[in-house]
Amino acid sequence: MRVTLFVPCFIDSLYPGVAMAMVKVIERLGHEVDYPEGQTCCGQPPFNSGYWDEARAVAERQLAVFRDAEVVVSGSGSCGAMFKVFYPELFAKTAQESAAQALSAKTYEFSEFLVSKLGVRDVGATFEGKVTFHDGCHGLRELGTKAAPRELLRHVKGLELIEMGEAEACCGFGGMFAVKFPQISTAMAEVKCNSIVETGVEYVVSNDSSCLMQIQGYLSRHSPRVVKSLHLAEVLART
Amino acid sequence: MSAATQFHTDADRTTADEPRRAFIRKALHGYEIKRDESKAAFSDWQQARDAAAAIKYEGVNRLDAYLREFEEKFTARGGKVFWASTSAQAREYIQTLAREREVKSIIKSKAMTSEEIHLNEALEQDGYEVVESDLGEFIQQLKHEPPYHFVFPCMHLKRDEISALFEKELGSAPTDSPEELTMIARRFLRRQYLKADLGISGANFIVAETGMISITENEGNARLTTAMPRIHIALVGIEKVIPKLADLALLLPMLAIGGTGQHLTCYNSMYGGPRQEGEVDGPEEFHVVLLDNHRTRLLADAQQRDALHCIRCGACLNVCPIFKNIGGHAYGTTYQGPIGSVITPHFRGLQDWKHLSAASSLCGACTEACPVKIDIHHHLLHNRRNAVAEKKVWWERIIWFGFVQLMSRPWAYRLSTRFAPLGQWLHPFLQNSGLDPLHAWTSTREFPQAATTSFGDLWRARKVGSK
Repeated sequence: MRVTLFVPCFIDSLYPGVAMAMVKVIERLGHEVDYPEGQTCCGQPPFNSGYWDEARAVAERQLAVFRDAEVVVSGSGSCGAMFKVFYPELFAKTAQESAAQALSAKTYEFSEFLVSKLGVRDVGATFEGKVTFHDGCHGLRELGTKAAPRELLRHVKGLELIEMGEAEACCGFGGMFAVKFPQISTAMAEVKCNSIVETGVEYVVSNDSSCLMQIQGYLSRHSPRVVKSLHLAEVLART
Repeated sequence: MSAATQFHTDADRTTADEPRRAFIRKALHGYEIKRDESKAAFSDWQQARDAAAAIKYEGVNRLDAYLREFEEKFTARGGKVFWASTSAQAREYIQTLAREREVKSIIKSKAMTSEEIHLNEALEQDGYEVVESDLGEFIQQLKHEPPYHFVFPCMHLKRDEISALFEKELGSAPTDSPEELTMIARRFLRRQYLKADLGISGANFIVAETGMISITENEGNARLTTAMPRIHIALVGIEKVIPKLADLALLLPMLAIGGTGQHLTCYNSMYGGPRQEGEVDGPEEFHVVLLDNHRTRLLADAQQRDALHCIRCGACLNVCPIFKNIGGHAYGTTYQGPIGSVITPHFRGLQDWKHLSAASSLCGACTEACPVKIDIHHHLLHNRRNAVAEKKVWWERIIWFGFVQLMSRPWAYRLSTRFAPLGQWLHPFLQNSGLDPLHAWTSTREFPQAATTSFGDLWRARKVGSK
């Protein structure tokens, strides 16, 4: 299968290793990876801020870039949800409505793609360490992804998965929310990170780098001990 | 101070109070455990939610017909119905009635509608003694504070704080026992029931089919409020109407589960009008004030109309990470939490209250918890969109204009990723200064190290290398 990667802007510039790890995993499974270079941002920041015209202007570009793709795989549940759930609403009753629906139908969040579309649970990864998994809210509640990343982690050799208390609680990132209401966002991060630290794990893994930016950002400043954040793809890429 | 500025100030204060936040978290976690146990009694909780949403959909979408049906049946038994378009009309009706009937003392059972129209203040100004009989509301009244949570008005208070309050206001001896604290309130309130000549309540549902109102409670105080005084007034939002009596078989348990996690609330009563001939108790007069107060404005919004499905169970507050961290008072609204953030802009003005819709990470826990399937967190998104459509903020407009220019041009975007490491190298020189663009982030959290090479450039290099 020819898999087209959608690499959200912040993964592109802050966490290129995550996208590289996705390439590694997908290629290891025998599929071809494509990365259309015209892609930029899904438009979620202006969309969530209420600036839907501006969001549409940016989103139109992605509709064009991914038009010919067979499947589109995103390393962020949140940006994936933008394609899958919010584009059809954003373009409702416009000329691009059907294009938005077409993109929505072929877009997958990374873990869901591996498990549901490819039917793979064991990607042949080895990772020594204790890990807890954080559910990104958009992946969890907009896309309904809960089991897939855990299935994948359970099949990683050497990895011990320990569930944290209230794994489904929001980390407090929320895009612009994190900087518009830093006090609330940080309080939420505090609660989340306490749950993570309490598990005694060495790594916190998520299928959303935006949550990890918040979690790692808080842990690095405040955690009494070192807990490293990793994207699911980075774990699955290790052999 | 604007509502938005007040919100920021209050949220700053409350999020800094970790002991109180932990106390609230623990209490709500307890309800969550009970809620999950009670939910398990349903063979299919999701189907129950669909059914409950369908009932409320029917009620709200044929509001006019069902309310008239209720009125007809309720008045046939001697009850009186007053249609109040505004809060002022509702207050005036109640104040006039109290004056004409020469009321002296008023007892109330819990009614958020009464908080909404500031009824107590109006009645107290007229010189009446007004006493709240719901224990939580009673405590909040003594404390001169609005409810913290619309189901648990004083959930933020600890036992010793309540004891100190009772000691100060009622002259009771200090105690650590919840039972004793309840008895202190009970002794005081029993005297008030006997004294009161007007009882005021809200209602949880209006049943069109039978012309009755349904009140659900845990303390029996609503029963005494409706039974003892000679006059009763129920102040009810128009959206509370449901078609049939049998609908309560589903809605009452769902209301209880969503709020306290109980299978069913302790006391569930139906009221169909004043005391009938041959009956031994009940008020001589029974009035129902149907309150609009901008609910029809929400009804006119086809996209957000389902917010009127709300049965005020509090489930969305109980699971909301924002509520858990900022607490109920920071909202500055009658209805706190996610549902309050959705409906308050409709009731009190979008521009003044849009900040509540922005103050959300859009995590969706509220929508998932809502027993009547209101699309709560997406409505927060819709409020944000509507606020911008109505009035753009100039500096936001500039930011998003620049954003569009950058993100519509892949070459410009790619160039910006190459400058990111430089920006990061310069950042320490600005950190902690007023010029720091990342201050809102870096004041409490570390910012990740920008990669020296973006994925886009790595990919290009890889492609070139493989050729």
